Amino acid sequence: MAWDLSKGLEGLEHNFLTGTLEEFVKWARRMSVMPATFGLACCAIEMMGAGGPHYDLARFGMETFRASPRQADLMIVAGRVSQKMAPVLRQIYDQMMEPKWVISMGVCASTGGMFNNYALVQGVDQVVPVDAYAPGCPPGPETLIHAINTLHEKIRDGHLTRRPGEGLGLHVEQKDGQRSDQPVTLTTAGSR
Amino acid sequence: MADDVEVPEDGAPSDEAAAEAAPEPELRFGVPVTRSRGQEVLHPSRDELVSLVRMLRDDEGYLMCLDVTGVDYLTYEADRGLPEGIAPERFEVVVTLISHRARQRLRLRVQVPEDDPTCPSIFDVHPGAEAMEREVFDMFGIRFEGHPDLTRILMPEDWEGHPLRKDHAIGRIPVQFKAPQDAR
Amino acid sequence: MSTVENLPFDPTDEGSQEMAPRGSAGAAELLRELGATLRMSEAEVAELVQEDPSEDQTMIINMGPQHPSTHGVLRLMLELEGETVLRTKPVIGYLHTGMEKTGEDLTYLQGPTNVTRMDYASPLFNELAFSLTTEKLLGIDEDIPERAQWIRVLMTELNRITSHLLFLATNGMDVGAVSMMVWGWRDRERGLRVLEAVTGLRMNHNYIRPGGVAADLPDGWRDTVLGFLDYLPESLDEYDVLLTEQPIYRERLQGVGVITAEEAVALGATGPILRSTGVPWDLRREMPYLTYDQLDFDVIVGSYGDCFDRYAIRLHEIRESMKIVRQVLEKMPRGDYRIQDKKVTPPPRARIDESMEALIHHFKIFTEGFKVPEGEAYCAVESPRGELGCYIVSDGSSKPYRMHIRGPSFVNLQTLPHMMRGGLIADAVAVISSVDPIMGEVDR
Repeated sequence: MAWDLSKGLEGLEHNFLTGTLEEFVKWARRMSVMPATFGLACCAIEMMGAGGPHYDLARFGMETFRASPRQADLMIVAGRVSQKMAPVLRQIYDQMMEPKWVISMGVCASTGGMFNNYALVQGVDQVVPVDAYAPGCPPGPETLIHAINTLHEKIRDGHLTRRPGEGLGLHVEQKDGQRSDQPVTLTTAGSR
Repeated sequence: MADDVEVPEDGAPSDEAAAEAAPEPELRFGVPVTRSRGQEVLHPSRDELVSLVRMLRDDEGYLMCLDVTGVDYLTYEADRGLPEGIAPERFEVVVTLISHRARQRLRLRVQVPEDDPTCPSIFDVHPGAEAMEREVFDMFGIRFEGHPDLTRILMPEDWEGHPLRKDHAIGRIPVQFKAPQDAR
Repeated sequence: MSTVENLPFDPTDEGSQEMAPRGSAGAAELLRELGATLRMSEAEVAELVQEDPSEDQTMIINMGPQHPSTHGVLRLMLELEGETVLRTKPVIGYLHTGMEKTGEDLTYLQGPTNVTRMDYASPLFNELAFSLTTEKLLGIDEDIPERAQWIRVLMTELNRITSHLLFLATNGMDVGAVSMMVWGWRDRERGLRVLEAVTGLRMNHNYIRPGGVAADLPDGWRDTVLGFLDYLPESLDEYDVLLTEQPIYRERLQGVGVITAEEAVALGATGPILRSTGVPWDLRREMPYLTYDQLDFDVIVGSYGDCFDRYAIRLHEIRESMKIVRQVLEKMPRGDYRIQDKKVTPPPRARIDESMEALIHHFKIFTEGFKVPEGEAYCAVESPRGELGCYIVSDGSSKPYRMHIRGPSFVNLQTLPHMMRGGLIADAVAVISSVDPIMGEVDR
């Protein structure tokens, strides 16, 4: 039996016991993701709004924003990353334990946004590998939750047992302003 | 700046007429003053700045310094609105003061030359100018003499160049907009 | 993809911005630190620093920039003796976005989009300061229609309410009352719904533009606003029960972070910090802009200059803002929501189909921008944090030659070392929270 763990869980040959175990591990991982506090600018206000009672992140098990990166699995980069902040960002990312994921929230974190100038890192994927890009300036809590749910789906599908250091790079759609009588779709059809 | 009255070199009538037409710069608190959109603007020289600010604080009630900022006039083509006798330089340090009692603001524009970009610091008169002068130093490279801690405040320590100068590029990277890919 | 251990230097080192230990700080520096603000003589400062603890009892630690309590990316270097804070040095610049440089590259119509992201908790105030300054340069500041001015008052006061609710939420959480965080956001969402109904966005609205506002108030706006105003007083009473009357909250905030009026004026502090020391300075009352001279409201002033006063001032300012909004609801006139100057404001979309001239104006305004006469101007508004000013130098073209925003938090942060001296670290968190800095306008 080859226990090739270099590709994460993909390298294992599963029998009925370890297959179920893997499902359990993935369930546990996605149902209690703990975000690290990395709110930088305006997007941080919307991230706090997502944690507030209206848009409640607690129903996904994520209302505890861990201050210490050692205890966090998800880093939501919420806001614009300046040149001075980029090494700090990398240091916090390195302090997080595997498995860890990154959501780039907002256009400034994804691409530099409207500030195409000397002061900002044009996209946080220059510094850390990103798993989901949530567009918007700022993305409302609904878009952030859509990005988080997409991430959860990918953990469940097993797509996120990737080699460390590579981001999944999903581009999420903006889902703000939808009326409550229309259901918000959470499909990942057409995604990688 | 003392009263500048032009004295004609010879007795030619055209020069005399010109001398009568040359206006004396209006003075307030001893320095030339102009009005800009309803706001009084004083134009002290670098040497007069600290004593003027101190006098304004102690005698005229301008107790608070609201703002210290800089402007780089390198590519400015239009009329700068300076009074007679003030030589325009590349940089300007603009100080805004406020008198709560008179409910009035006052703006001071100090010319700072390019080859000697220094200006005395008003920290001893208004300690609140400390961070603002550091920002002007960081963004324009104007050194403030007498400032306790003149270091970069907004840019990283090892940044070279002063971003708000007109000869510093904005640093834009070319972006190609593409249609969204389907296989996402 | 190297980690930070592989680099030959410490990338988070701030070089000469780091704080040196007290022993190596010269007498001149210490004089500056204390003497200048307190107007003491050299001899008095020398006496003060004689009580120096020996150097191995003090510790310089770093708080931030990634820290849940520093309200954004503020880094504080603290020199501690045990738990007592001796000296503080705030290190900023972690959110510097080059907005003033970007502002020189955008037209005056695009300007509010840029400026609104500076103070992102109360974005309409940035837009208002920029628009007022542009209008002063254009010379149309007397001609802005009445309805536009009243709409601006309405929206900015609603924004003041949501910003203060944010302050109450974060202040409560920093001090430990986590329920306040949840309640504050609950009520802030109601306010954001109102703002979204009018401007289309929850944040960074780009609604107040030079010439007026971007769009008229929607139908049914009175009911939306009244719904919010009728909902809020009950919540404010809940906050009073949760926070104001609670002994733990009072213990933590009363007497903490005290600043006197002379110190606040010397350091340039404005807004609730200055008002908490007893100076009744509010730009809306003393140097009125828009239609504040026609409105009846009180200026809330504290007496002790401590954190509790600042909290109470902001809580009552919510009530005052509600009073103002009710008056606006009564007095809102009919009329244009923006000035009908073809050179400044774009024509209504329907007319573009009919008139070639309208099409050309629309095209020119949105691509090249309208030209602003040369000159310089400074206008200031009273934002929830203090005096928010905008200084624009124009050279006659369609883009500002120099655009500078006087951010109140940038200047207010200078009071931090003063307020934290002699307090505990836990008080440091309470003090930062009471100053309510928004790092977007600190770093710009």
